[in-house]
Amino acid sequence: MTRRGRIVLKLPVWAACLAPLALLAWRAATDQLGANPISFVTNTLGDWTLRILLASLAMTPLGIVLGAAWPVTLRRLLGLFAFAYACLHFSVWIVLDFFFDWARMGEDILKRPYITLGMLALLTLTPLAVTSTSGMVKRLGGRAWRRLHRLAYAAGVLAALHFIWLAKVGRTDQYWHAAVLALLLGVRLVHWGVRAVRRRRAAAAAVGATPSAASRP
Amino acid sequence: MLIKRAERFTSNDVTDPALYLSRRELMAGAAAWALLPGASAAALPAPAPLQATRNVGRSLNEPPTKYEHATTYNNFYEFGVDKDDPARLAGSLRPRPWSVRVDGLVQKPKTFDIDELLRLFPLEERVYALRCVEAWSMIIPWIGFPLAALLGRVEPAGSARFVEFTTLLDPEQFPGQRPGFFGSSLDWPYVEGLRLDEALHPLTLVTVGMYGRVLPNQNGAPIRVVVPWKYGFKSAKSIVRIRLVREQPATAWARANPREYGFYSNVNPAVSHPRWSQATERRIGEFRRRTTLPFNGYADQVAALYTGMDLRKHY
Repeated sequence: MTRRGRIVLKLPVWAACLAPLALLAWRAATDQLGANPISFVTNTLGDWTLRILLASLAMTPLGIVLGAAWPVTLRRLLGLFAFAYACLHFSVWIVLDFFFDWARMGEDILKRPYITLGMLALLTLTPLAVTSTSGMVKRLGGRAWRRLHRLAYAAGVLAALHFIWLAKVGRTDQYWHAAVLALLLGVRLVHWGVRAVRRRRAAAAAVGATPSAASRP
Repeated sequence: MLIKRAERFTSNDVTDPALYLSRRELMAGAAAWALLPGASAAALPAPAPLQATRNVGRSLNEPPTKYEHATTYNNFYEFGVDKDDPARLAGSLRPRPWSVRVDGLVQKPKTFDIDELLRLFPLEERVYALRCVEAWSMIIPWIGFPLAALLGRVEPAGSARFVEFTTLLDPEQFPGQRPGFFGSSLDWPYVEGLRLDEALHPLTLVTVGMYGRVLPNQNGAPIRVVVPWKYGFKSAKSIVRIRLVREQPATAWARANPREYGFYSNVNPAVSHPRWSQATERRIGEFRRRTTLPFNGYADQVAALYTGMDLRKHY
């Protein structure tokens, strides 16, 4: 892909990923964060973390379905934005919500297992963000790097569970997000399944063609 | 040779309406998914003024939460599960004409018209703390009269042990009562309840107004109860029936999730909600969290109701 092509592709992604942040800043500046601003900011950042993470997880399946290469070129950018939103979401919890009251935070973590899940999701994303550079891909080797970056799916599952667990009775958006994740995982599973069957058939055909097979009684 | 095929069917002809309507709902959900939940609520016309004398002895000496916040940040699932749904959608509720049936184990069951109730009992203003189970709180100047006065009129029978409150059931006025894609948020109608001695406690207030005005729709118009030492969901809104019963009522939240919401639901910093701590709360309008007080600060007045009870078990 040309440099120009990459820019055309990535510019809207930058704009879309920064828009929620800009909107939050604008709401903050014009006193439109509602009666409970800290809760509103925390929830908004959490929502967008999961949405952008889902978008980054959608790129590979999208490439499979479309038979196109361009979606995969957006994967890293989306993944890094998801990580950035996750960090902001976490920081707001520490700074604005609990104002560095570590004892209370510790208590809350023990009593609210969904916080543990959210933290695990963030921890899972961290090595992926660190190894996201091209240099790191080379250093780790393609195979090891790909294996490591499958953790993105684990992060998605953890984040979706975090949302399902914290959402109160009657809310439904947590299920919509989980459904999208299940769909994305489903596309990959079917793809893996189809490839495995093809590989086995190819292997069987190769075995059938060897002399050792022919010499069997 | 060119063979033309006539388009005899469209997908509309072969698709069950129920199916494509549910697909539309799915798409609407997907569209909503893309939008940010709005924090802004439309400017609301202020309800009519309502005269009342402040009961200083029963009032906190703290500045009330901003009226704008108390009327735009609400849990009232009959309108929807988001905090701004009640303020946005409350226009569909018609608080007049309205009547409340008070019956069950009473000597003189009676249906009261709302305006009759306003004439029967002298209205007082009481500044109470409101603590939501979601760990936020407000200070609200309510207007109303003690529930004990109303119950006195119907003369509870000796066999009555609990009081059950039922909220209006009408999906036309309450959009949140219409089932969505994943079913209903709660089993309607909303039912809440108190032990008779809790209901007769002088703090338990039948409420018809707030901030010197008639109760706004999103705050439970035209008539609700306020039980300040319990989590907010115990204070039933838009009540159409008050029934005295022998058995403990099956309340809406306890039915939806018995492990998380008990019948008593007294504000108790020592007993956590299974998914969050109740040790602290955020007072709306403040930055730092506050320590939550036992019985929401009303322990000196109500703790005696629970002498000998294990409040960890009866959460």
